Amino acid sequence: MRGQVIKMNEQRTHIISALVLHKPGVLQRVAGLFTRRGFNIESITVGTSEQKGIARMTILAKGDKKILEQITKQLNKIIEVIKVRDLEFENTVKRELCLIKVYSPTEKVRSEVIQYVNIFRGRIIDVSPETLTVEITGESDKIDALIDLVKAFGIKEIARTGPTAMSRGIKTI
Amino acid sequence: MRGGEALIKSLKDQGVDVVFGYPGGQVLPLYDMIYDSDLRHILVRHEQCAAHAADGYARASGKVGVCIATSGPGATNLVTGIATAYMDSSPIVAIAGQVPSWLIGNDAFQEVDTIGMTMPITKHNFQPLLAAEIPETVKSSFYIAGTGRPGPVVIDLTKDVQEHELEFEENIKIDLPGYKPTWKGHPLQIKKAASLIQSAKRPVILAGGGVISSGSSEELLKLAEIIESPVTTTLLGKGSFPEDHELALGMLGMHGRRPANFAVDDCDCLIAVGCRFSDRTTGKVDEFAKNAKIIHIDIDPAEIGKNVDVDIPIVGDARIILSNLIKAISKSRVRANEEWVNNLKKFKMSTVPRTSFDDVPLKPQQVIKEIMEAVDEDTIMTTDVGQNQMWMAHYFLSKKPRTFLSSGGLGTMGFGFPAAMGAKVAMPENDVVAVCGDGGFLMVSQDLATIKEYDIPVVVCVLDNRYLGMVAQWQNLFYEKRLSHTHLGEVPDFVKLAEAFGVNAERVERPGEMRETLQNAINSGEPTLIDVIIDPEEILPMVPPGRGLTEMVGEYKVEAMEGVIYPEEDERSGN
Repeated sequence: MRGQVIKMNEQRTHIISALVLHKPGVLQRVAGLFTRRGFNIESITVGTSEQKGIARMTILAKGDKKILEQITKQLNKIIEVIKVRDLEFENTVKRELCLIKVYSPTEKVRSEVIQYVNIFRGRIIDVSPETLTVEITGESDKIDALIDLVKAFGIKEIARTGPTAMSRGIKTI
Repeated sequence: MRGGEALIKSLKDQGVDVVFGYPGGQVLPLYDMIYDSDLRHILVRHEQCAAHAADGYARASGKVGVCIATSGPGATNLVTGIATAYMDSSPIVAIAGQVPSWLIGNDAFQEVDTIGMTMPITKHNFQPLLAAEIPETVKSSFYIAGTGRPGPVVIDLTKDVQEHELEFEENIKIDLPGYKPTWKGHPLQIKKAASLIQSAKRPVILAGGGVISSGSSEELLKLAEIIESPVTTTLLGKGSFPEDHELALGMLGMHGRRPANFAVDDCDCLIAVGCRFSDRTTGKVDEFAKNAKIIHIDIDPAEIGKNVDVDIPIVGDARIILSNLIKAISKSRVRANEEWVNNLKKFKMSTVPRTSFDDVPLKPQQVIKEIMEAVDEDTIMTTDVGQNQMWMAHYFLSKKPRTFLSSGGLGTMGFGFPAAMGAKVAMPENDVVAVCGDGGFLMVSQDLATIKEYDIPVVVCVLDNRYLGMVAQWQNLFYEKRLSHTHLGEVPDFVKLAEAFGVNAERVERPGEMRETLQNAINSGEPTLIDVIIDPEEILPMVPPGRGLTEMVGEYKVEAMEGVIYPEEDERSGN
């Protein structure tokens, strides 16, 4: 939100990127902090980073400016958390992976699903006589849109990773 | 060397001279090695007391306290003590046994997830998976517990790790990339604070427990005198500023002294040092110091703006910041706040709490007055939780840091007695007196055995009114006097109880007896219990929850002083 004034009490979703020691229990520490302090967490993803022994966590959390300040400060207090940054929403690339198992017992349904998936630049990664499994990556609202479209055919299963994110350009956290 | 031996050696390397503990199945190897070592171990009679004693040791001495318990129930019994230390930023290292690593997750006998359980109540916790990790773990634990904002650290030690062999590496370096406390305050912030203080007409200093843990009482006193600012404290800040000083206002908050609550309400600049603005201190947050610009000095950045919005935050060690602040202020002329200070002094004189009463049963005020006459300024006082604690906080004048120990944040009944035990072990040259209620003392009375067996000469004063007094006070005030389950009945006889443990005991029932009895008990050099029969009707005026600090209810009894004009109930402090 560069150049915009953010009001103190404006509720919005923030993307927090954190570098943490890749040790057992660190996810529990972070997740536990959110529960204990009553912070709203929308999603959390963890994976290895470019540095050995250090993992990157991406947390989507909702709250006003004051709450976000508390979240980052409290996260920083965890001994195994090395760095925390509230990423600028507009200046951040965000991607989520989603797998959707669509009920498609007939040829007609299958071809319709495949058409949608192509439009959304997704892929079919598994086929069975009665189902198609679709893989799609993108921002969360794009995934929502595809889910809405194929809902009519009957969705057997959805698995979403939750977004992971990174600042645009040379900037790192 | 085996894991347990490495633990003992590492503890000794950290300067540990005593541990409080209770053995059990999963610490058998460790205890077998303690048997051969010269580590002083005090066997408590309940693990909760081990944790409170370690906490009392830490608060009295400033050193890290250590306690040991077995897995499962041993660890769960430590939990209350660990949480108490966490809420009050007290540095302890708690060592808990754990089932052998190959049994973890099997719901083995006496297995509990100590790491998961203590995560939200510790600064950090460790479970070394190899014996070779023990030296580094212990060193890191002490560093984390004792630096920055102090707090408890748990080491969860499996039985096999205690037994495994390792090569002990001397002078091991610790690597904590995610733990870098800030010491020095930002110079620009200090400059801003200095100029705000210079322009203030009605400054007040609020001193918290951080003043004590940073050892900055001298700097605080100097600052207060230079800028001529009255000083109030939080509960944990008691002792950070001499309460007999003419600038001292006494404690602030729900059970605070009247001049303190009114001064904070009126001030135009609040200098808060090492405190976290708890709800018991601030009353209704929206009305807290509503006319003031607030300077907040704290070592924990997360405390800035958490409960109260502040104007000038300064993150760092209070001692460094205060001395830099003093330098910055000394360079220029400080404007006089004569009128403000004089008005407050007058107000203070007219609201000196009344402590002299002839009544039988005894009024707690009279008891505390006599306690004050019997002890010296180096006596370490501990309190339990409830009315006894608030009476002590309100009426007892503390003069030196680390001489008033109380469970503030968690409000743990049963804290006072074991904390006194730990304090006495830490500071054998100081007299130690615990002031407890009858409810809280009975939660931990089994440890009379410990003070007897180890000859730890603390004096326990049980303020005995046969009520859970504070809960009853709230029931009287806010629940239509429906005293649901707050009367404790007629047993036990505390004198006989103490005597059953071989501990000397006296009963005090009349004005004048307390002073002599306590003096004798202290002079005897032996552990003693004094059962003080007090009036169950006596309450302390309070600010009801959710109200502003000036909205006290209950009669505020004041001492009649010659030449003092008493203000009306609603009269303000001069402005």
